[in-house]
Amino acid sequence: MIYDVAVIGAGVIGSMISMELSHYNLSSVLIERFNDVAMGTTKANSAIVHAGFDAMPGTLKAKFNVEGTKLMPGICKTLHVPFKQCGSVVVAFYEEQLKTLQTLYDRGIKNGVPDMEIIGRDKLRELEPHINEIAKGALYAKTAGVVCPYQLAIASAENAVLNGTKVELNYQVEKIDYDENSKIFSICSGDRKIEAKYVINCAGIHSGKVASLIGDNSIEIIFRKGEYMLLDKNQGHLANTVIFQCPSEMGKGILVTKTVDGNVITGPSSIDIGSVDEDLSTNSDVLDSVVEAARLSVPEINTRNVITSFAGLRAHSPTNDFIIGESDVNPSFINVAGIESPGLSAAPAIGVYVKDLIVKKLGVSMKEGYELSRKAPVRFNELTNEQKKELIEKDKRYGRIICRCETVTEGEILDAIHSPIPATDVDGVKRRTRAGMGRCQGGFCGSKVVELLAREHGLKLDDITKFGGNSKLLVGKTK
Amino acid sequence: MLNYDIVVVGGGPAGMAAAVKAKECGVDSILVLERAETLGGILEQCIHTGFGLHYFGEELSGPEYADRFIQQITEKNIEYKTDTMVLEVTADNKVYAVNSTDGLLEIQAKAVILAMGCRERPRGALNTPGTRCAGVMTAGTAQKYVNIDGYMPGKKVVILGSGDIGLIMARRMTLEGAEVKLVCELMPYSSGLTRNIVQCLDDYGIPLELSCTVIRIHGNERLEGVTVAKVDENRRPIKGTERFIECDTLLLSVGLIPENELTREAGIELDPVTSGAVVDESRQTTQPGVFACGNVLHVHDLVDYVTLESYSAGEGAAKYVLGTAPEKRYITTKGVGGVRYIVPQKVNLNAGEDVKLYFRVGRVYKGASVVVKYNGYEIMRRKKPRLAPGEMENVILKESELAKFAEGGLVEISVEE
Ligand SMILES: Cc1cc2nc3c(=O)[nH]c(=O)nc-3n(C[C@H](O)[C@H](O)[C@H](O)COP(=O)(O)OP(=O)(O)OC[C@H]3O[C@@H](n4cnc5c(N)ncnc54)[C@H](O)[C@@H]3O)c2cc1C
Ligand SMILES: Cc1cc2nc3c(=O)[nH]c(=O)nc-3n(C[C@H](O)[C@H](O)[C@H](O)COP(=O)(O)OP(=O)(O)OC[C@H]3O[C@@H](n4cnc5c(N)ncnc54)[C@H](O)[C@@H]3O)c2cc1C
Repeated sequence: MIYDVAVIGAGVIGSMISMELSHYNLSSVLIERFNDVAMGTTKANSAIVHAGFDAMPGTLKAKFNVEGTKLMPGICKTLHVPFKQCGSVVVAFYEEQLKTLQTLYDRGIKNGVPDMEIIGRDKLRELEPHINEIAKGALYAKTAGVVCPYQLAIASAENAVLNGTKVELNYQVEKIDYDENSKIFSICSGDRKIEAKYVINCAGIHSGKVASLIGDNSIEIIFRKGEYMLLDKNQGHLANTVIFQCPSEMGKGILVTKTVDGNVITGPSSIDIGSVDEDLSTNSDVLDSVVEAARLSVPEINTRNVITSFAGLRAHSPTNDFIIGESDVNPSFINVAGIESPGLSAAPAIGVYVKDLIVKKLGVSMKEGYELSRKAPVRFNELTNEQKKELIEKDKRYGRIICRCETVTEGEILDAIHSPIPATDVDGVKRRTRAGMGRCQGGFCGSKVVELLAREHGLKLDDITKFGGNSKLLVGKTK
Repeated sequence: MLNYDIVVVGGGPAGMAAAVKAKECGVDSILVLERAETLGGILEQCIHTGFGLHYFGEELSGPEYADRFIQQITEKNIEYKTDTMVLEVTADNKVYAVNSTDGLLEIQAKAVILAMGCRERPRGALNTPGTRCAGVMTAGTAQKYVNIDGYMPGKKVVILGSGDIGLIMARRMTLEGAEVKLVCELMPYSSGLTRNIVQCLDDYGIPLELSCTVIRIHGNERLEGVTVAKVDENRRPIKGTERFIECDTLLLSVGLIPENELTREAGIELDPVTSGAVVDESRQTTQPGVFACGNVLHVHDLVDYVTLESYSAGEGAAKYVLGTAPEKRYITTKGVGGVRYIVPQKVNLNAGEDVKLYFRVGRVYKGASVVVKYNGYEIMRRKKPRLAPGEMENVILKESELAKFAEGGLVEISVEE
């Protein structure tokens, strides 16, 4: 089959674009090298929906951030993705930083950011009782929020699947040929081949490499690593909004916020690590400096409450802006590259923009009666007692708790394993249900999740991996 | 809504012993709730022997020790529900639980006994840098894979932390044909029982390196190795002592954390050192009618002590329900100078019996004395050949002594060298 469109990379960008395209009368495929969607940068970032005052006016970053943030509440609601519009504060800790607040405010106005306000220390302390006492004031932006980034990608990819998009996982694109006569791309991985009329390159940190597969060497991507620490939910009181410090040349600095799930997160560091080694390791000196910086905002932050740390790689382009549009080498090849922060915030708007581009090229119309949403995942933990009762009466598997820390039931895990993009490994279950994301980090439920995965997929326990590939959890039977 | 006199949360050795005792004290309406498929708690996966030496005077395996109590639960017709998770204990002693047959259970109890045990500290809590590959797990998780599921988590093993579970697993993995390359311990002493070091490491030639830790985890998909280094007095890695050890499995035995989410959410006061509830000698917490015992209260090395403690809690809860609990006139206890904590944190002068104070020291002492003071006056001094953080100690406050104390008094225990 020859697809109308092939999207390379199932991060939040590729997934959003695929979803938008799936609402139109065209055929499309979403290609991903890993065994699940949302395995790249989309699973490890700050998860902030930025208000939009950071980027310089006139840049794509500014445009898509403001538009994306506007779309975000509606999209999350439609797709049943956790999102909280908690607002953000950029805090001035020193007298001289108060000027910066005004600069950011003015820039926000130029970018079209609504609902901003410069607030004094009293109002700030009211919003954030645990903020450092020396804080002088802040830029308060009410449209900012926190979202679950991998859920957003999973949900949009699921919606695409429900509307007919094919998802090809474990497909590392290594070669792309273009036939000038038929105007068809052959997208190859080993001896496998996918054919399509248009290609959209959303390969994240590898978008430069994927572009070069058609001879487009114009895109340089530098991996800019950010490390984080995640604190127990019982520290949730430490932050109500997203707490930023005043930006410096090195970026937006260390933030402290409550995640959409109620944990406290702090980070990210910012270190360029070249463009070859996908090094996602964490480092003690870096994390030490993260904590130190975080304590300027919220002095009570204590590493005793850390439940995990992780790192993500920004796809930084030296142009300092998103690269979105036709490749100079081939107009049927669309680059969506250099999507570093605020890429997550911008994703809904980028999705619509790229869809419009393709729809125009193909001249196709909207599908009638397409699926708007996906099946709403059950979140047992969030139900009222009455709802819990009712649910278990209907299906007793929701009465069996598998993950004790996050109170995730067998029913929810089975739903994830049988969803439109089935969870096939332990981390896949974790991203879809939160089983194993709590304070014991899967110590208790890990082996139970392995059992369920094996049972449902008809595999042996030692076939099950943490995240695909050779990440096996067990190495065979005992004697 | 169901009604019971006593609801016990957790059906491990602690919960079972407490239920048995409460029944013996005359309370009939008791319900034990356990989230696992069977009663027995963590003992079910401890197939090695070494349980019951103190209490039964025999060496039993974990499941054998548990069976003795499961039998009593059956004989005494104590009601229990397995596969049932308690979700909430409220300020007025209502218990919410869930399972797949009854759905959501709402139970009004007169007294609640918390016996949820503890969990192992995960990797995240250590903040060990490196990658997040497969092959890193807690020793208890590995124990479950090996002993219950019959699967091996790996073949070349490094164990971080010399807690008892780690030591036991070093031997278990060796017996299953894995190579345990090293057990490394951050502290200058092991937190495990001496007998476990001898029987699980020495007897198998497994090296134990003290003042040593894993400073980096390597491997993209599956673990490929760890970097270990010596640490100084402040537990900071010493430059130049790093070495790489190839392995596919890293087991963590770096401490246990009492499982007190329910306790915290109920608003019950916790002791920052034990991470368990603050209790009196009957193991009553700061919420009237709520008792706690076993590993949820403080981490025990030996199940025998868990049993004894749980009897106190069972009896306390029974008296509370029957209205025969003595009036409260408290003194407090406090560990100072080398003593990290004492349980119970409060003692009722009307207890009407001798009271045992359990405590742990912060480091290893040789030939030191344990000193007990009441309001600053020394009332007891005992010379000890050896004191170690891994072994729980106790002193007894005689009933006759309690009679001499005044309400609001302070009993302190310290170590003097
Ligand atoms: C530290 C950090 C903090 C951030 N904080 C925020 C924030 O707070 N707010 C915000 O809005 N944004 C933030 N971002 C940016 C945001 O995370 C990214 O913009 C967004 O996740 C990018 O999504 P993506 O789909 O482009 O990339 P990815 O999620 O990386 O997706 C690309 C996909 O392409 C696949 N792929 C690559 N090469 C191939 C190939 N050859 N064949 C097949 N598949 C391939 C990859 O496996 C991957 O799944 C942050 C980023 C980082 C790193
Ligand atoms: C690996 C290992 C080796 C050991 N070796 C020895 C040894 O050699 N000798 C020795 O004497 N002792 C040993 N011990 C110690 C001994 O096993 C413990 O002291 C004892 O099991 C503690 O009993 P407990 O009832 O407090 O906790 P647990 O045995 O942990 O029982 C707690 C129970 O509560 C249940 N529970 C928790 N939360 C809920 C909830 N919300 N709802 C319902 N149920 C809940 C749990 O499922 C569990 O069954 C060992 C312990 C371990 C882990």
